[in-house]
Amino acid sequence: MAVIETVGLTKQYPSVTALDRLDVTVGEGVTGLVGANGAGKSTLIKILLGLVPATGGTARVLGHDVATEGPTIRALVGYMPEHDCLPADVSASDLVVHMGQMSGLPYAAARERAADVLRHVGLAEERYRPMGGYSTGMKQRAKLAQALVHDPKLVLLDEPTNGLDPSSRDDMLALVRKVGHEFGIAVLVTSHLLGELERVSDHVVVLDGGRLLQSSATTDFLHATGSLIVEVMGKPDAERLLGQALVEAGLTARPAGGALIEVEVRDETTPDVVRDLTVDLGLGLVRMQERHHRIEDVFREGGAGSVIPV
Amino acid sequence: MSSPSEPAGVIHDLGYRPYGGPRLRAGEVAWSFFVTGLRNTFGLGRSGRSKVLPMSMLALIVLPALILVGVLVQARKALDLDSQIVSYSSYPLVTQLLISIFVASQAPALISRDLRFRTITLYLARPMRRSVYVLVRLASLTAATFLLIAAPLVLMYVGGVLADLPLGRETGRFLGGLLGALLLAALLSGLSALVAALTVRRGMAVAAVIVVLLVSYTVVVAIQGISWSTGHDRVGEVAGLFSPYTLVNGVQHFLFDVTSGTRTPPEGTGMGLLYIAVVLLTVLGAIGALVARYRSVQP
Repeated sequence: MAVIETVGLTKQYPSVTALDRLDVTVGEGVTGLVGANGAGKSTLIKILLGLVPATGGTARVLGHDVATEGPTIRALVGYMPEHDCLPADVSASDLVVHMGQMSGLPYAAARERAADVLRHVGLAEERYRPMGGYSTGMKQRAKLAQALVHDPKLVLLDEPTNGLDPSSRDDMLALVRKVGHEFGIAVLVTSHLLGELERVSDHVVVLDGGRLLQSSATTDFLHATGSLIVEVMGKPDAERLLGQALVEAGLTARPAGGALIEVEVRDETTPDVVRDLTVDLGLGLVRMQERHHRIEDVFREGGAGSVIPV
Repeated sequence: MSSPSEPAGVIHDLGYRPYGGPRLRAGEVAWSFFVTGLRNTFGLGRSGRSKVLPMSMLALIVLPALILVGVLVQARKALDLDSQIVSYSSYPLVTQLLISIFVASQAPALISRDLRFRTITLYLARPMRRSVYVLVRLASLTAATFLLIAAPLVLMYVGGVLADLPLGRETGRFLGGLLGALLLAALLSGLSALVAALTVRRGMAVAAVIVVLLVSYTVVVAIQGISWSTGHDRVGEVAGLFSPYTLVNGVQHFLFDVTSGTRTPPEGTGMGLLYIAVVLLTVLGAIGALVARYRSVQP
């Protein structure tokens, strides 16, 4: 069963369309929801929680309709908001216990689970201090803990790495991956930084301007495209000379910007052919590398000609 | 029990443990929310600093009652006392400053805090409905205020019984006093919660509630004094509608015919019913306005 399923989901605000006929299916594991600011990520999450009504289409979370079964969904789902939401004069321990109770745990169970969850997110002794004095990284951990305390079936994490320095970012991403794979809780995690989600997600959904740009397994985004990037030098318009020679040798080649040429790989001898032709033309071979797609490329328009491989 | 083969004193990482135990129903969750709110109002479960103000207000409001009870018990014969030195209905008027400070400081602590830190989002993302959140928050504040107002009354009642005041009459007056305390608590909580919900900044909310309660009381008492000394009692009776303290005192005067704590208590059935109607309308109006206010809170 799909964890999240939307059909034609639309959210129209008076002046802007936040979501435009969105059809998305999210399964178990970690799903990354990618989009620039204002792409509709937070709106989608609020609709999935049943907090904001959609203006069109339907959405089901864990088999429940968001329009009519909001309370049931919110009992089964954990939510980590993007913005600050922690009272300054309460300790993380007290807040997580209280939020566990608010999700229906009896007091003793809430205490036990709060201690467990705070340990998992890596808040040690500082959990007993008021949260007003926490660093951003500790606040994000506390926010994640309150989303997990009631043992949800799904957690919605809105920009969990927001405002974190690189090493805290890595810790948080490792935590997200752990929640999805070791805890067995389905995760929908949003980010506007695409590179982050390559590392933790099994599946990536890309939103742009409220529309679905792409939805596929992360491995599909990263597969080798079967082409080589070649850079040559030595003569004026060296790359044009090589390109011509490659085409005459029966290979598909096209300019890839600057002194670069992209060559389709036909079989394992292709690199040798490129090398030999370069030598025959008396050119210097600067580099030859396999070209991988990155998630960023989904956003790039104008095809391979404008892609600078990283 | 750990098996004997495992070394003692080692903390084992049990990994993630799912929860399969019982879950509370909506009503039980609301009750637990109510109790937490009530505790928080007195600073319990919050930082040590936030206990200072509510606890000292509680101590200060009980202190005069303690002295009055001491006098009543010790010197009843000598002073020829036949009833409480200060009546149950007048006691909240005497201590109105303490009650106002308590409400003004704790309403923002309970209401504005969730809005300012946006903790409200965490509540909205849970099964409890928005309207239940509002009503339970208000109930916690009302219960806390009621406890504050009623605590000295209970003390005075116990003292009265110990001093051999007529038991039936004393019990009746005490219950009347408790009803008054409940009405006053509901009025003060409703008004201050509304002000707090409209003011996200805590200092502003505290100041606003203090101004609303203290200024209205002072102005009303002044008008009542002037109208009484110039013989325009009706003006004073109408003015009494505009402060929670004089309003509730008037209701008690009308319902139980207790000695009025104000110069111009409501005279006649019409004015008495008007006092009761204003109490009910203010409480219901505050609840309605609060629910409307929270409907526009973005998650």
